[in-house]
Amino acid sequence: MIAIEALIKIVVLVVIILTIVAYLVLLERKISAYMQDRIGPNRVGPKGLFQPLADVLKLVLKEMIVPAKANKFIHALAPVISITVAVGALAVIPFANYIVIGGQKISLLIANVNIGVLYILALSSLGVYGITLSGWASNNKYSLLGGLRSSAQMISYELSLGLSLVGVLMIDGTLQLDKITMAQSGGLWNIIYQPIGFLVFVTAAFAETNRLPFDLPEAEPELVGGYHTEYSGMRWGLFFLSEYTNMIVSSALMVTLYFGGWSLPFVNYSALGANLAALVQFVTFFAKLGILIFVFMWVRWTLPRFRYDQLMNVGWKIMLPLAILNLLGTGAVMLALK
Amino acid sequence: MTSNRNGKSGPKLTLWEKLYFPEIIHGMSITIRAFFRPKFTRQYPEERWVPPPVFRGRPVLVLEDETRVERCVACGLCARVCPSLAIDVQAAETELDKERYPERFEINMLRCIFCGFCEEVCPEEAIVMSQDFEMTFSNPKEAIFGKDRLLTPASSLKDRLEFLKQYR
Repeated sequence: MIAIEALIKIVVLVVIILTIVAYLVLLERKISAYMQDRIGPNRVGPKGLFQPLADVLKLVLKEMIVPAKANKFIHALAPVISITVAVGALAVIPFANYIVIGGQKISLLIANVNIGVLYILALSSLGVYGITLSGWASNNKYSLLGGLRSSAQMISYELSLGLSLVGVLMIDGTLQLDKITMAQSGGLWNIIYQPIGFLVFVTAAFAETNRLPFDLPEAEPELVGGYHTEYSGMRWGLFFLSEYTNMIVSSALMVTLYFGGWSLPFVNYSALGANLAALVQFVTFFAKLGILIFVFMWVRWTLPRFRYDQLMNVGWKIMLPLAILNLLGTGAVMLALK
Repeated sequence: MTSNRNGKSGPKLTLWEKLYFPEIIHGMSITIRAFFRPKFTRQYPEERWVPPPVFRGRPVLVLEDETRVERCVACGLCARVCPSLAIDVQAAETELDKERYPERFEINMLRCIFCGFCEEVCPEEAIVMSQDFEMTFSNPKEAIFGKDRLLTPASSLKDRLEFLKQYR
């Protein structure tokens, strides 16, 4: 029974997320166009709404070219690692509280792991393998450089990412994402307690998702396409999907940790029925998610790319000390208030 | 401390600038304003641009509306002045007042550079630059426009003829 329930939830979630991802690509193209005084794709279907279908069809029908001297197995494996890790991280994110079907409470969370935050951090660290291996397996110097850069970048920023989270974990005293949401649903959102931690987290999240201003692994002008130079067709599509899925995961994590997850202040959920409440929570969550993703794209089309040494400087000399100071500050205040 | 790769120190930044975030927010305010600005895109095949009379499009031969006869007297000045040798005129005699007419008049649109010299040199105002800029050919032969495609009634070239009267 539990297995079936989980399976249904997984299928529904994956379908929803992949649809969202396909439309995020369209959204990104539209946003970039609007910020550059253009209109963007508007030919396929009404207002260009079927563009993602056309894109996917193109990707599926395209030939997957493997370089002659590439390591064929790892070349095929790398995009799979990337997408698995990205989608897997969604399992612990609470999109709403619970729904009641036939008198049974069904939690809208695929896996209620008691170390949810840790699980996400662990999976996102694994994501480095996808990129590094693809860089190595392509047997192309640009790909290799992109892969190396990404591993250096992700390792550097993982530290400040993890440390900036600890502040939130100290305040709420749990690693479970649904409990963190619960803790915020009554009172104030964590961003009010942890503004510096939030800034560090956002910066590190940009670096983790390899998006501008930290998209050095791709860095088109210098590295052609970085780690996915030698990829085409659906394998390249998988990298693309995982980039956007990672963006969703990071934004969802931010929503859950800093913006109160599915909760809204001053709303009494018990007054609504359980199912209606779940619907409201679901919509709330995705609205918050949408705003954050918009910010992600907004930043991408505003800022130029950091230079590699600047990236390392910011990571080690600014973000890490800031995260540690934030941690110490939080600890001191908590001790003083006790 | 703040040195770039060449070892030269860059411009000194104030603490406010070093914080990055205020400047990033400033940049983002610029892009969000661009987001809501009106767009410049023209939806081309549906929304076409009508060039002003100054525009030099494809050169055409003027056809008088009443008599249905071309103005051209086949003097060959246009063929002579054409810097890219795009025009080929073959003159012949006619019973009409003008006595000469072009038996064959060809403009190779692959050679034409739209300089407008032919229009400028023409004593009869018989060859003018039209507003047509959309030309596609699938082979070089198709690009040679004969009289059949060059003759255009004067009424549809009114804008350009007016313009020439005013400014020439």
